[in-house]
Amino acid sequence: MSILVVMEQRAVQGPPAWSRMSWETLAAGQQLAQELQQPVSAAVLGGPGIDAFAAQLSSKKLERIFAVEHELLKDYTPDTYTSAVRQLVEKTQARIVIFPHTYQVRDFLPKLATALGRVAVSDAIAHRIEDGQLVLVRQLFQGKLNVDVRFGGEPPYFASLQAGAYRADKIADRIEDGVAPVEKFTPQLSPSRIQPLDMFREAARAVDLTAAEIIVSVGRGIKEADNIPIVQKLADALGAELAASRPICDSGWLPMERQVGSSGQTVAPKMYLAVGISGAIQHLVGMKGSKIIVAINKDANAPIFEVADYGIVGDLFQVVPALVEEIKKAKG
Amino acid sequence: MVLSKMKIIVCIKQVPARDSQLRVASSGAGIQEADLSYEINEPDAYALEEGLQLKEKHGGEVVVLCAGPARAAQTIREALAKGADRAIHIEEEDLGALDPLAVARFIAAALGPEKPDLVLTGLQSDDLGYGQTGVILAELLGLPHATIIMQVEKLDASIRVKRELEDGWFQHVEMPLPALLTIQSGINKLRYATLMGIKKSKNKEIRNVTAAGLGVASQPASIQLSRVYLPGRSKQTQLFDGPPKEAAAKLVEKLKFEARVI
Repeated sequence: MSILVVMEQRAVQGPPAWSRMSWETLAAGQQLAQELQQPVSAAVLGGPGIDAFAAQLSSKKLERIFAVEHELLKDYTPDTYTSAVRQLVEKTQARIVIFPHTYQVRDFLPKLATALGRVAVSDAIAHRIEDGQLVLVRQLFQGKLNVDVRFGGEPPYFASLQAGAYRADKIADRIEDGVAPVEKFTPQLSPSRIQPLDMFREAARAVDLTAAEIIVSVGRGIKEADNIPIVQKLADALGAELAASRPICDSGWLPMERQVGSSGQTVAPKMYLAVGISGAIQHLVGMKGSKIIVAINKDANAPIFEVADYGIVGDLFQVVPALVEEIKKAKG
Repeated sequence: MVLSKMKIIVCIKQVPARDSQLRVASSGAGIQEADLSYEINEPDAYALEEGLQLKEKHGGEVVVLCAGPARAAQTIREALAKGADRAIHIEEEDLGALDPLAVARFIAAALGPEKPDLVLTGLQSDDLGYGQTGVILAELLGLPHATIIMQVEKLDASIRVKRELEDGWFQHVEMPLPALLTIQSGINKLRYATLMGIKKSKNKEIRNVTAAGLGVASQPASIQLSRVYLPGRSKQTQLFDGPPKEAAAKLVEKLKFEARVI
């Protein structure tokens, strides 16, 4: 047994639900299995009854499904999840263990790898097999550069995969007769030192960016709060909603409810105009599904241009006012 | 007994300034460092600010700990000028070549004997971006931890924190002290160093140690970085140049007649 995909579920109110990224990781696991000629299994952790939920995977092309079940796994803590996955890895002797790069995985995967004297490759965006060895690709400098990473030493090897790096619609169903067996695994756990309390969302969002047809979004390039009206004029000229990348909301220049990205809203408008946004992955995951992406940035190597359909490399303080004039003309 | 005063250690890293024009080194194994300027890693600046605010509220001491080459002394000085009481500098030239576990072992060795009540780090570095050092440290030191923290509230012998989750969700988590937290950007409002702070910082202690001096045995790397390169484009981007007015006119024409979004 060699490749293990650790899926994530969360039950906030009501029954558990899969984290969307888990499906992408499952697809990646199947792809690795095929390329390395190894079997692939999947696991999901949870409280009593998680085996019934895990059975949802049994139509997939998997050798086995592990339902890692314990009263202490009902609510996530890094202590209990680390201990449970460690015991599963030791039991299964998995060589490659992959996870979706979720906030939860970021919270416990480095602890798990350290406990086993390993280092996880976090937030990988792609892979290839070279001489039978797995090579993972990671981003450096917020996506400005890529780097190839190889594992050294003995397995198990751990990696987490970036949102959107693999396609969930590539998941293969089981061809053979029957279903993949669900195996219940009950780890030995002691209570965590960490006490999880309530999960909540802050006050209801007054601005629903997902309903906007056109979004003008502003980033660090705007330099100071007093310059926000420059992009507001552009939004007004286009009849667009104004949004922002995280640092702008962190600084309080625009309210948090206008934030696009992994911790803010995920949008897919007809047109997304990114002004002075370099395009760190945390932002890109929130907008790369937009139909038309336009980028204005002074750095021609900014990652935002990797996803842009149209772009102007230049000083936004000159480009944006010119653009407002031209849009007004075009709209007559 | 109520633990009131806290000894807080904030781990900070020096990284290339945000606007740096990065060039891949001719060896292909890293970046050209010659013309770069450096600054404190942004999430670490928020971790430092959180440490300073906790000290102001509850009393105690803020110690900054930085692993990096000689040039990192500048970033350490700036942290002292903002109000940290003293610093530990693990001075090593080529830490970027090591994996995050190896670097965390140095930090743990320097940090452990200090017996802090609270260790703060930024949630990730803006250069290598592993986002792991804090959690690895917690495991090495045997401390409970929580990551991506947006609020810290000190109780008697424990802390209650607000953890950021995806899609606008948060969770409160409570744990006993000592503990380790990785801090998210935006948790607080950063302060500037005052003239008085800068003046005072000149007399503050920076203790220099080396990895060898810490007595940490080197271990084979678990992961190895090989080739560094510019990412490929997933889309064919139509770029418009020339004077701003001309570029803007060309872009609007495309948006109107090709993309039909205006």
